[in-house]
Amino acid sequence: MADYHVPVVGDDIKTPDLKTGTMAHLHPYPATAKHMDPMGFPGERVENWQQKGIEKLGELLKKYRSLQVYLDICVKCGACTDKCHYYLGTQDPNNMPVMRAELMRSVYRRYFTPAGKLVPGLVNAADFDEETLGKWFTYFHQCSQCRRCSVFCPFGIDTAEITMAAREIMNAIGVGHKYSVEIIGKVHQIGNNLGIPKPALKGTLEFLEEEILDSTGYDVRIPLDQEGADVLLVAPSADFFSEPHIQSLMGYAKVFHQAGISFTISSYASEAANFGMFIGSYDQQKKIAKRVVEQARDLKVKRLVVGECGHAWRVAYAFWNTLNGPFDFLDPRYPAPQHICEFTHDLLNRGALTLDKEANDSFRVTFHDSCNVARATRMGPKAGGQFEIPRDLIRASCNHYVDMDEDTIREKTFCCGGGGGLLTDELMDLRIRGVQPRVTALKRVMESDKVNFMALICAICKAQFTKVLPMYGIPMEMVGGVHQLVSNAIQLGVKKGVV
Amino acid sequence: MLTFLAYIVLTIFVLGFLSRIFVYARSPAPLKIATTPAPTTVSGVAWRLFTEVVFFNSLFKSDKLAWAGGLAFHGAMAVVLIRHLRYFCDPLPAFVAPLQIFGIVAGIVMAGALAFLLLRRLVFERVKYISSKADYLFLVLLLAIAGSGLLMDFALRPSIVDIKSHMLSMWRSVTGLPPIGSAGDVMFLLHLLLVGLLLVVFPFSKLMHAGGIFFSPTRNQVDNPREKKHVTPWAKS
Repeated sequence: MADYHVPVVGDDIKTPDLKTGTMAHLHPYPATAKHMDPMGFPGERVENWQQKGIEKLGELLKKYRSLQVYLDICVKCGACTDKCHYYLGTQDPNNMPVMRAELMRSVYRRYFTPAGKLVPGLVNAADFDEETLGKWFTYFHQCSQCRRCSVFCPFGIDTAEITMAAREIMNAIGVGHKYSVEIIGKVHQIGNNLGIPKPALKGTLEFLEEEILDSTGYDVRIPLDQEGADVLLVAPSADFFSEPHIQSLMGYAKVFHQAGISFTISSYASEAANFGMFIGSYDQQKKIAKRVVEQARDLKVKRLVVGECGHAWRVAYAFWNTLNGPFDFLDPRYPAPQHICEFTHDLLNRGALTLDKEANDSFRVTFHDSCNVARATRMGPKAGGQFEIPRDLIRASCNHYVDMDEDTIREKTFCCGGGGGLLTDELMDLRIRGVQPRVTALKRVMESDKVNFMALICAICKAQFTKVLPMYGIPMEMVGGVHQLVSNAIQLGVKKGVV
Repeated sequence: MLTFLAYIVLTIFVLGFLSRIFVYARSPAPLKIATTPAPTTVSGVAWRLFTEVVFFNSLFKSDKLAWAGGLAFHGAMAVVLIRHLRYFCDPLPAFVAPLQIFGIVAGIVMAGALAFLLLRRLVFERVKYISSKADYLFLVLLLAIAGSGLLMDFALRPSIVDIKSHMLSMWRSVTGLPPIGSAGDVMFLLHLLLVGLLLVVFPFSKLMHAGGIFFSPTRNQVDNPREKKHVTPWAKS
């Protein structure tokens, strides 16, 4: 393993001084023709890439009001400069949201505004040249699209929109990031990000059924491709294979079992994640999400429930209806789609579940709000339900719960450092530094309240934390899903069924 | 000639501003991207935008100094602009006359706030780093406008009646210049010229945040994507 720079963690999150170029070295692996071709992207950088890139920018300006408005109206007030976890962890000024956006804004000014054409020096306009493209590839792959900056911007400027546009432009000229593009290829080929084929999926689900039987004595099923089930459960594929994700999957299954609601997982749509969002591709998002809707129809289910995955919930909650809706073929009594936390919370409120808090007495728990859930979605009927519903579930499942510093939770939450298509080994240096603000807040409750478990509802967060927390001396077992706690606490066979 | 110029400037400003607004309004927002928690009703969104525009809600959360300076500047400028109605309206609306003293105070606050914002750009490392020459020039320009205005109030009074009658007689003297009999008259010309410059660059600059904020999808969208299918024409296929 390479030597990584692990930032020092203090008592408070402090805004560091600027240090130019600290992350300029970090180049993501470029995609090759093998990954790009199946997606319809050029396999290598096209010859007239400057012209094509500028054309693509012009096209996107006409397609996305967000991009057009956000490139125009930034007043450079500086309010965002200390809000990005990557800036706080790296000190690189290009990781301040305003400077990241400036990488595109300077090109926009040069080619699309009178001032940039007439007096480029005065307004910081830049040619779309080799150097600029290099910076784009580097720094637009150092944004996890977490949208924390958009909360604090007086105009709501959302850097994620700009990052997505930049990645879309780069893909259009044949400059792709291997990680995201390769994964999308796997979804289309096999059905999920991890590339798990049906027999392997079947095997693992059977293994988990046995596991639950052994540990609880109850025959809890995790059906695959079962036509006529009430619910199609769409979970991130990491839930099938990774620790601690798998614990949550067993939790979902126990909830379904205890409620007496039949469900199924689909091998064709065995992925909640939608990396189409990370590369800013409307078409890919739509295509990937379509697999789920098709399966819901084919399997004749009445409800759609989405597992613990942050950006997947954003795409499902905010985009599915637009992309492939309406869901008028599903049971109108339930929101479509529904988050697994909403699902469990509803059952709990209706008295269908019995939770034994003492089962989690060895844990002192805190909750990490995952960015996409917190800042781009909702749960339940009320604004802010995305914060309260998971917390309600945790409080119902354990006796010791405490929140982290209020500037680091809810809509002000800090990214885990691995979101937005950056959960790849070559970006490890960034991922380690980017988690520093979260670690600072976490360490504080570990010391003040003896917290030893951080619950969360995102597959990427889980994977990222289990990998990088140990570098800060925090054991990876400290991280797990909300439904892992539910799984521990749920009393199987106490009473059954829901009216 | 001055009046003639003023009309050209106003035309550029109005048409330029409207054309940008037209571009914002015409460009589609294909996906629901409200920054949550967001209002679930239209009236809730109206309130959200109102608090953003009038109180700078989000800025308050993120940067208290920028918030204080920004709010002081914008608020004071609003009062100053209302007070300026006395130069354009005849008869003067009843509510403007008693504002005279507030207008003067607001002028001082406006200049003070601008100086503070300029200082902030120069002193704080991160804000300095992100500032371009244009960012400074806007502040200097606004400061010069406020300063020349205040000077006319406190020291160099222009012969405002003569100037007004000249400007009203524009069509008779397209090439003529207004009477310049004192330093105050020069100050007035300068003031007018700087305002003209500001208005001309307005639609082509970051000053468009004034209209643009109403088109910011993260702030102006209702959080109801599950309840209501959101569709824009290009995304229909």
